[in-house]
Amino acid sequence: MLKDFFSKKKKYASIPREEAKKDVPEGLMQKCGGCQKIFYQKELQKNLNVCPECGHHHQLNAYDRIACLFDDNSFQEWDENLISSNPLNFPSYIEKLEKDRKKTGLNEAVVTGKGKINGFPTAIAVMDSRFRMGSMGSVVGEKITRAIENAKDQGIPMIICTASGGARMQEGVLSLMQMSKTSIAIQRFHKKGGLLISIMTNPTTGGVSASFAMLGDYNFAEPGALIGFAGRRIIEQTIREKLPNDFQTAEFQLKHGQLDKVIPRQEMKEVISTILDLHQSGGNESETSTSV
Amino acid sequence: MKQVLAFEKPVIELREKIDELKKITQESEIDLTEEIKKMETRLGKLEKDIYGKLEPWDRVQIARHAERPTTLDYISILFTNFIEFHGDRYYGDDASIVAGIAKFKDVPITIIGHQRGKNTKENIYRNFGSPHPEGYRKALRHMKQAEKFNRPIITFIDTKGAYPGKAAEERGQSEAIAKNLMEMAGLTVPIICVVIGEGGSGGALALGVGDRIYMLENSTYSVISPEGAAALLWKDSQQAERAAKSLKITAPDLKELGIIDDVIEEPMGGAHRDLETQAKAIDKTITEALAEIKKLDVETLLDLRFDKYKKIGQFEEINPT
Repeated sequence: MLKDFFSKKKKYASIPREEAKKDVPEGLMQKCGGCQKIFYQKELQKNLNVCPECGHHHQLNAYDRIACLFDDNSFQEWDENLISSNPLNFPSYIEKLEKDRKKTGLNEAVVTGKGKINGFPTAIAVMDSRFRMGSMGSVVGEKITRAIENAKDQGIPMIICTASGGARMQEGVLSLMQMSKTSIAIQRFHKKGGLLISIMTNPTTGGVSASFAMLGDYNFAEPGALIGFAGRRIIEQTIREKLPNDFQTAEFQLKHGQLDKVIPRQEMKEVISTILDLHQSGGNESETSTSV
Repeated sequence: MKQVLAFEKPVIELREKIDELKKITQESEIDLTEEIKKMETRLGKLEKDIYGKLEPWDRVQIARHAERPTTLDYISILFTNFIEFHGDRYYGDDASIVAGIAKFKDVPITIIGHQRGKNTKENIYRNFGSPHPEGYRKALRHMKQAEKFNRPIITFIDTKGAYPGKAAEERGQSEAIAKNLMEMAGLTVPIICVVIGEGGSGGALALGVGDRIYMLENSTYSVISPEGAAALLWKDSQQAERAAKSLKITAPDLKELGIIDDVIEEPMGGAHRDLETQAKAIDKTITEALAEIKKLDVETLLDLRFDKYKKIGQFEEINPT
């Protein structure tokens, strides 16, 4: 409007005084990645890191994820003592690992173990994207493979929650081979009649989406999660075309037949436990018949 | 026009000079046999010097050489009665993967391989050897058929990677690759994989789960291209040479890491210099491997296949605190 042209506009932004900044301790407030509204972090946490306003699903760390799926105090961790070495002597890899260990309190990008979901014994592998973007190196591949093997041997279902940018570049082709390693373990698990549920969370891409994430009997995802093989930027450069905003979202994948269901975080435990219940008799029968 | 790689320029130049002298000797009265002999000795030494100590980046160049033999080149020499079959039965036919049946020394086998072109026109038809999901699904269909008729499977790996395109994502690139990895684990017939050019990430691996994995001496196998890694690590794709070294992507590197079973030697300067000799070396390797694997019963075969991959990876176990 022409009128606006004459009206005085503030040409400056207001910067809070240093003291004022200190009034709000760090980590008290958090801006929603979806609607940009600001919330008390506690409020978000109480809502499983899902925005109460717009439903945007924020990152959930591995132990919080386990807490929201498993019955209280039922979880028992496996192989937490595996740590990455630097097989290729890749420059500054060790420092990066050390930094992420300190930052997250985790030894690696996946937590595995078993526990109970509404009373049903279940094995789980949960990736944590805060550790090296959840990338898969030797340790992630080994822990997931061992967890699948354990689940197979114990005759219990397996859940894999993915959150990963793909293979870990610093371990080169060793990390690539974790795709086949985990997939072979899954093949043997399926052959024995095991139930595998995949829950893809934001982001699930590259070598992780192209291996265990897509190999569940049921493949689920959280709303809005980024899921895909190649990165958006690489695709845009290759096809010289701008991609739609919803490209590679969980909803996009559902529409293209790649997912069984998109499930909001608050409903996840209920849906999973219903599925576990529906597989109880069948699972037990095949278990007894194979063990004879 | 022959493609000359930067590092082999001295060899090519000397060889050209020798050819020139030979021409002069033939066409004129001047006898240069002595000189030619001397130069040939020098050429031999130079070749050994240059081709004997190839840097990772040199091998990347050879693996990408425009004239490097492709899957169809090897098929025409190694096998008889090859018949190519098309289509995945769900969506289409992907020309970047060829599949079919043939005989290898009187034994019926299934062959599946990435296929790139050697010129622009061929490459456009072959999508530069980068498959869509339908390519991987075609491959899987043939693998399942091989299992049904009890035919060993031989795969040739030669791709920059699965195609990063919109349609590929819409049709489930991830699922197609993942499914191949899982299904190949359970196939009850022998699977032999040979990396003949570039082994680019998941797109290569989707034909690469087997009982034996071999790499031609100058082929590469990598989780990301050297250019891609350099761009991510140092924000500079010009540093690809450095990345090629750090990533450990050459055949000798992979042998050392315990990922592949063996390196198949290439003729001096690369497979494109002598296709026949290269094919013979592959023939020998496949023959020996099949003879070994044939002795195994199915259960042992599958257990060994699992063990082979299960032990890949390096890590430490610390004492629990």
